Amino acid sequence: MSKTANKDESFFKKLVGNQLFIPILAILLLAVINLINDPGFFKITLGTNNAGNPVLSGYLITILDYGSELGILAIGMTLVTAASGGQDISVGATIAIAGSAMLRVLCGGTSRPTELAAPIIVAFLVACVVGMICGAFNGMLVAVFKIQPMIATLILFTAGRSIAAWINNNELPIVPDPKFAYFGSFIPGIPIPTTVFIVAACIVVIALVLKFTNLGLYTQAVGINEGASRLNGINPTFIKFLSFVILGLCVAVAALIKVSRLSTINYSVIAKDIEMDAILAVALGGNALSGGKFNMWASILGAYVIQFLTTTLYKFNVQSDALAAYKAIVVIVLVVFSAPTVRDYMKQLAKKVAPAKKEVA
Amino acid sequence: MEENRVLEMRGIYKSFPGVKALQNVDFSLNKGEIHALMGENGAGKSTLIKVLTGVYTKDKGTITLDGQGEVAIHSPQDAQKYGISTVYQEITLCPNLTVAENMFIGRGEGKITNWKKMNEDADKILQSLEIPARANQQLSNCSIAVQQMVAIARAVDMDCKVLILDEPTSSLDEQEVEKLFGFMRDLKARGVGIIFVTHFLDQVYEVCDKITVLRDGKLVGEYEIKDLPRVQLVAKMLGKEMDDLSDIKGEGGAYEGADADERVFEASGLQSNAGIKPFDFHIKKGEVNGFTGLLGSGRSECVRAIYGADRIIGGTVKMHGKEVKISNPLDAMKNGIAYLPENRRGDGIIGDLSVKENIILALQVLTGFFKPFSKAQVNAFADEYIKKLNIKTASAETPIKQLSGGNQQKVILARWLLMHPEYLILDEPTRGIDVGTKVDIQKLVLELAKDGMSVTFISSETDEMLRTCSRLVVMRDRKVVGELSGEDLTQNKIMSTIAGDK
Repeated sequence: MSKTANKDESFFKKLVGNQLFIPILAILLLAVINLINDPGFFKITLGTNNAGNPVLSGYLITILDYGSELGILAIGMTLVTAASGGQDISVGATIAIAGSAMLRVLCGGTSRPTELAAPIIVAFLVACVVGMICGAFNGMLVAVFKIQPMIATLILFTAGRSIAAWINNNELPIVPDPKFAYFGSFIPGIPIPTTVFIVAACIVVIALVLKFTNLGLYTQAVGINEGASRLNGINPTFIKFLSFVILGLCVAVAALIKVSRLSTINYSVIAKDIEMDAILAVALGGNALSGGKFNMWASILGAYVIQFLTTTLYKFNVQSDALAAYKAIVVIVLVVFSAPTVRDYMKQLAKKVAPAKKEVA
Repeated sequence: MEENRVLEMRGIYKSFPGVKALQNVDFSLNKGEIHALMGENGAGKSTLIKVLTGVYTKDKGTITLDGQGEVAIHSPQDAQKYGISTVYQEITLCPNLTVAENMFIGRGEGKITNWKKMNEDADKILQSLEIPARANQQLSNCSIAVQQMVAIARAVDMDCKVLILDEPTSSLDEQEVEKLFGFMRDLKARGVGIIFVTHFLDQVYEVCDKITVLRDGKLVGEYEIKDLPRVQLVAKMLGKEMDDLSDIKGEGGAYEGADADERVFEASGLQSNAGIKPFDFHIKKGEVNGFTGLLGSGRSECVRAIYGADRIIGGTVKMHGKEVKISNPLDAMKNGIAYLPENRRGDGIIGDLSVKENIILALQVLTGFFKPFSKAQVNAFADEYIKKLNIKTASAETPIKQLSGGNQQKVILARWLLMHPEYLILDEPTRGIDVGTKVDIQKLVLELAKDGMSVTFISSETDEMLRTCSRLVVMRDRKVVGELSGEDLTQNKIMSTIAGDK
């Protein structure tokens, strides 16, 4: 009996020990709640949008679509967390900066242009450079000047939205070309949201990077033991700096989606509070916020858990003002459950329960 | 209790899980006496101090104080109440407060601070102790020695009868040390009993009256300074008698290639910012040599300088007679130098990473960021070395922190062997690991050398070095003071060179 019990136990242990366990469990839980409440939640219909193009719609599509920015940010935030043992709280503000720079290039400085001043690709590349400069600024403060990541990024968190407004002279230019809106909605003829493809592309890129470079090994080594990493020839300063620059690139991609959704920008509202959701995504993925080992896929899954939760709350007719409060409760429960102390306690509890069962048997 | 005694500790026992840190240790201190507490690392010095200051609670034994009888000290506050004050190696004052504030902080009798009176009192104390500082000066503007003295002045003003100085001189230069010693003699004249913990031999003989030596948590003895020559002291600390015949190098045999005289590595005037004096050093192909000296003598700092682990501030380095620049660990690795650090936990293992990731790390870094090994390659490397070094681990995927110390050390050793270095530096590779593994590592070192690898081997255990090394560089007080080889490689010779007796 004991042999099979051990086997079961080890399987269970493996399951619980897997970092993907918590986010997948959360998604299943949310799915069950929605299934009980209204099975229609899972219905996906093919309709047409205002422009007459075929589009898929339904709550699941909404989650996939609106979770995109968060999923992309989670990639960079995971690396920053792992390498520096801290978080970047300026991503919302830097999305505003990168988005504003993009608009400036697209509209050429006028607020109501009749045609694009530059190709979209040029504008996007400029946004990428701007995002990476912001990342480099944060990375320099953290890696070179050894400032606490949260304090270092507090600077752009505070100043970012003003800088964004200043880039466009505080005007709100509107992009005239409907093609620009494709990135945040649908490409005619393809019923799947474009953002899904963008996220997929990002995931493929980071997967390739992790496979064909030592980014993962170096980042984790630096996050776990900086001193030992240095003695093994790794440059911890550069690795930390690099992680912030990569996050800057993620910010630029997220900015493209955000700005494209509206074809314009609202400096004070765009990507508001997204930094907290991005950090949460990392935490929900079971990654230690103090750095070290990470699981990229768990973080990305964590991002969609958050979006799933948001959408579910909307479905339950929670006012958007009250949303944050409800979210907080759920998040507290999830985070506490994934905390190491609670996990240890649960393990002990399981041990206590197990022998009791044996006696009964 | 004898007259003139200020402190007496009798039969002190203290154990931690798996370690008997103190076993039946006695210690006594007279009024107006400077008493050195000596012993190698892990001898129990700091445990004894911590028992006395209430940081640890003793398991057994008594502490008696002059005029108080037997006392129970449960916390540092208790100790302070009884007049036992400690000044630690690191300054534990607040650098951004003034001298006066530092002297009186946490001692306020009332809720209101009388700044004027406080500054006046502080100035009075500073003057009476001849400390060159003003009461309203910010502490961080004073030199380290003065800060040290302020800390002591604070202790003295709190009416301390027993003053513990834990490595107070390690961050001071020679003049500052002189100043501190003058100050200690003043206090001695006032009848304060001083316990002086240090590993600088010269300083002990300069300022102390008595020495108590501990080894492996046991009392070796208490000696008058004049009755204990340096060589004897070193012998007592290391636990070797003078005429203890050393094991001569056993089996094996040396490297016998034609290029056995080639200098693989050569440094002249090498100096780092870690506080060692410039030194010259070389190693030949297939040679095993070592740095020896007491703890804190600078042996680790020397090899760290060779490896570029600390910032290099002077000197030239040659590999195979050609000048090279080694300014960081990666440079050293590219030149075929590998370094197993002294502090395994802090500088060696990447705790949360698996055994196999820890094994491949150095070679992987050397191979390049854009050329990660395939999974199969990693597994092959890991399996090869797990087998070769007989590493006991549940699997190659196990996080290294779950392994025992000896096996962790083997993994780190595997990491560097995988790199196939020309020159391997091992700093305390056998510390804190079981005897079996120790012997394994020593054997391995000799085998590697026979195959033409140059190895520098550092160990606190002299007999271990005698068994492996053919040449020893002797260090004292952060300076190279001698080199021994051939006939001179004996315990006696090493000890007398360390002690500096002519």
